[in-house]
Order: sequence, then structure tokens, then C-alpha cells
Amino acid sequence: MAKDLIVSTLRRTGRRFLSSVPALVGVLVFTFLLMRVLPGDPAVFFASGPNSGKEEIEFVRQQMGLDKPIPQQLAIYLGDVAQGHLGRSLTTGQAVTADIRQRLPASLELTFTALLLALSAALPLGILAALKPGSIIDHAVRLACVAGVCMPTFVSGLLLVYVFYYWLGIAPDPTGRLDVFATAPPAVTGFLLIDFLLAGDLEGWWSAARQLVLPAVTMALFVLAPIARITRASMLTALGSDFVRTARSLGLSSWRVVVVYALRNALLPVLTILGIVFSTMLGANVLVEKVFSWPGVASYALDALLASDYAPVQGFVLLMATIFVLVNLVVDVLYGIADPRVSMD
Amino acid sequence: MSTATLNHIGWVLRGNLLTGVAAAGVGLLCLLAIIGPSIVPYDPVVSDVSQALRPPSAAHWAGTDQLGRDVFSRTVVAARLDLMIAASAVALSFGVGAVIGSFCGYVGGWLDRAVGRFVDVLMAFPLFVLAMAMVAALGNRVENIVIATAFINLPFYIRFARAEVNVRRNLGWVEAARACGDSHLKVVLSFLLPNVLPAMAVQVSLNLGWAVLNAAGLSFIGLGVQAPTPEWGIMVAEGARFISTGNWWLVVCPGIALMVTVLFFNLLGDGLRDILDPRMRT
Repeated sequence: MAKDLIVSTLRRTGRRFLSSVPALVGVLVFTFLLMRVLPGDPAVFFASGPNSGKEEIEFVRQQMGLDKPIPQQLAIYLGDVAQGHLGRSLTTGQAVTADIRQRLPASLELTFTALLLALSAALPLGILAALKPGSIIDHAVRLACVAGVCMPTFVSGLLLVYVFYYWLGIAPDPTGRLDVFATAPPAVTGFLLIDFLLAGDLEGWWSAARQLVLPAVTMALFVLAPIARITRASMLTALGSDFVRTARSLGLSSWRVVVVYALRNALLPVLTILGIVFSTMLGANVLVEKVFSWPGVASYALDALLASDYAPVQGFVLLMATIFVLVNLVVDVLYGIADPRVSMD
Repeated sequence: MSTATLNHIGWVLRGNLLTGVAAAGVGLLCLLAIIGPSIVPYDPVVSDVSQALRPPSAAHWAGTDQLGRDVFSRTVVAARLDLMIAASAVALSFGVGAVIGSFCGYVGGWLDRAVGRFVDVLMAFPLFVLAMAMVAALGNRVENIVIATAFINLPFYIRFARAEVNVRRNLGWVEAARACGDSHLKVVLSFLLPNVLPAMAVQVSLNLGWAVLNAAGLSFIGLGVQAPTPEWGIMVAEGARFISTGNWWLVVCPGIALMVTVLFFNLLGDGLRDILDPRMRT
């Protein structure tokens, strides 16, 4: 039985992954074409300046492969990506893959912390609201949902900075991942919270956590509303169903009824929404990283974009699409674990 | 409008006071967008450095910014630009999406599958990132914010119209139209499309709020609208530099404008859904 479940989950995962490959290739071609119509000639931009000689510009253009016809450029690009080369960033002078590898942990640490915060607040709130519909908690949750959807991330982030940094003075200077006086731990995973723990440096861990709290809360506030709302709705359905009534009438403790019977059945819609939530969080990363000068991939791509540096932007968009596909894959696998009936078909 | 419809609208409004408030709010916003520039107390772009960074007072209700410009006046004047961007973007994607989606749903086959795949690809990654890349690619101008915002809204409208037409394409009245000798083009444009529009219209209001946030977000990161044009996203971006020194009013005033606008559109959208599409009532 358990073996069957694993086999069918694996099979489904494989199928889903294969079916998302065309979409990834489409994203690749799309971003390539998009970036090629960017205004401004990057060859002029990256030669010594606007007054540099014609030969020099021509040389830079040849070096960048911009003199070849577009289809050939596309073929070369696709070949490079297949081999894991994403090109070279002209602003940092490093390979894009190296840049991204260096900056991705910052973005992921922020996003996962925010997701964890949002889940740990939204799930209990949604459940409480569903247990007592019409109560004060229910209304408060609904109000928070309405407000959360309307609040732009960049405004809420700045307001948090005002309240906790300027006014109360309990938050650190809202720039970057680390205090200027703190030394970074030896990089193992790139996640500062984990690296500090591995190095046994609790003081460093605390300072990194303090830097992380405001941006993570900003992003968590942004996604709190959809999670709480869907939890409430699906818990209401589950609590009203026959099996919950049966479980109650058999005299099971109400805690057991809610957590084991109702919640497990209510989790599927929540999982579905989590995939979407994660995608919007990846987009919101751009805004939050800008507000808090967070050295992640989104701010890297934004800087490159404003400097008309193609390769990092293409790499970033491809990375986002890949992460999105992976997240959907994970959601799919979790589906099967949360509700074995899903993997039957 | 029949009396039954009016009764229904009355019933919904009685049951949901918020919808009425939201409708009034949206009306007020539109009014501000039209007459705002002529009623504000100060010129939104003229600077007066002697009055720089003053907190809210009787003379300047929402204080002044780093160049001494009146924040309240700038916020009011910005309503026109922000609403124009959102409205044109949503209108564009509504029109294009409805037509494309209807034809796909009607024709079916490979066209449907190809467009469906394209829509999947579009939705395959964070839409804000896509909009960002598009504005950068097309050029840093207001029109391109409109196009980018319209483009990332497109998948939703295409999907919606496709699904709605698809369930109707073989119904009796569609076959009757075909049997009367109407061309496929006419069947889609004059019979199917009008039947799909009311349900899609509900999406528009919800979408407008989202479009406002999106446009403001783009100009916040430095794309699209450029300073010194008064626009909510730019105003927040400029205010961000002074938040660490405690000048909260630069961010709060345009921030509240953004929030209230989105709130009104969302509440109105929920209310409209109750009126136009009673099946979806919650």
C-alpha cells in the first residue's frame, strides 16, 4: 500500500515535470525576444563611453555576439542554457550563474521565512474564524484580509520601518542582511540563520534574525489574507460535513475532530493556493528587496534591467520560472500525501 | 432595466451597505480625477525650498516634500494619472482577451490548444516580474506601463472568455444562428460575445484595483512614470528616502490614497458580483 503510494506519486511527479518542460522553453524564448528589443545599444553602453571609437563599439558588439542574426543568437543562447551557462553579467563582470548562486540564498531565506510566518499566523486565524463564524475573531480576520489585499507591500514595509526603526527604535537599520559591524559566518548553505547556527555564533544569529524580521513580516502581511481566507472557507466546508458530525457523535475530543479529521481534509485547497501565493511572493520580492536594500536576486535583476544588461535579467526570469515549476511539483507531491485519494487517478 | 432587476439591486444594496459606500467612493475618485487639478490649493510641481519637509499643518494638510511641494495637492492630482493607467490597461486586456478567448472557445482544436499553452506559459511565472521586464524592453514610458499591465491581465480574460464560450458553442440558439446562415464570425461577435461580457464585467472592478497596485509598484521601482510627475508610486519611492529620518507623511499620504482606491474597487467588485452573477453569491 505504502509502496503503491510512493510509486504513483513518483510517476505523477515525473509526468508533471515533463509536461512543464515546454512551458520552460517557451519562457526562455519569450524572455530572449523580449530582451533583444530593449532600447539602447549595450555595445555602446559597455564600450568605454558614448565617445568611444566606432571600431571599439564594433569589437564589443562582436564579442557579445550581437552582430549575428537573431535566430542564430537564440540558438547559441539555448545551447548555452542547456549546458548551464547563463552568460556573463556586464555590470558585475561575473558569470550570471555565479552571481545568482551567491544572491539566491538571500532571496530564498527571506521568502521562506515570510511564508513560514504567514502560515503560522494565517492557519490558526482561519481555523479560529471557521470554528466560530460570526464571532469577533471572524470579523477581525475578514477585516484583516480586506486590508491586507489593499495594502501595497512597499507602503507597508516603509510603515514598519517608520514604526519599529524610527519611532520605537527596536529594529536595526533597515538595510541589508547583516549589521555593518557583524562578520558573516563561513558560507555553507548561504542561509545566514543556518550558517550562524552551524558556526555556533548565537550573537550573529540574533543580529541576522533582527535584520530579517521586518522584510519577512512585510512579505508575510502581503500573503496572510489569501491563506487565512481559503483556510476559513475550506474549514467551514469540512466542519459541516458528515464525517465530522459522525466523529463528534462518537465522542471524540473536539481537538482531535478539528485537527485530525477536519483540518486534514481542509488542507487541499490551502495547498492549491500556496502555489499561487509563492508565485506572487517571488514577484513581491522585487519590491521588498528594494525597500530593505536586501541583496537578493530580485534587486540584482532590477539593477541589471536599469543598466540594460541582458543576461542577468534573462537568467532571473528563467530562475523564477524554474522555481515556480518546482514549487508546483512540490505542491503536487504534498497533495498525494495530504489526501491519498488524489494519487489514485 | 426591469423592475425585477432593480428590486434585485435594491436587495443587494440593502443587504450590503458597503457596496453602496464603495460605489460612492469610486464615483468620488473619478470626480477627483477629473476636477482634482483645478481644485487643489497648490501647484503640484512647483517647488519652494524654504518650505521643505514640513510636517502636516493647517497650510499644508499632508505636509511638504523635500522640495517644498505640497504632498496633499500632489496626491490629489496623481489620481487622474493612476486611474487612467489602470482603466486603460484593464479596458485593453478586457477587449483583446474577450475576443481572443471567444474565438478560441468557438473554434477549438489546435488554435485553442496553442493559445492555451501560451496562456500557461504566461502564467508560469511571477506576473510582476514579467511586467517589469516588458516595461524595460518597450521603453520607460507611461504607455508601456499600460501595455505591460494589460498584457499580464490578458491570461485571466482569455481563460474566462474561452470557458464561457466553450460551454455555449453547441447550445440551441447558437446552432439556430448557424442554421440561419450566419457566418462563424457573426455568430461569435454578435451572439456569443455579448453573452459572455456580463460575467466578465465583474472581473473588471476587481482587476482595476490590482492594476492600480501594479502600476504604482512599477513606478516605485523606477519604471514608467518619471519624476517630477505626481504619481502615487513615485511619491512613495521619493518618500522612502526620508522614512528613516521620521518624515512619515511623504509615504503615508500617497499610501493611503493607494489603499483606499484599491479597497473601493475591490468592495465594488464584490458587490457587482452579487448583483450580476447571483450564482457566485457568498
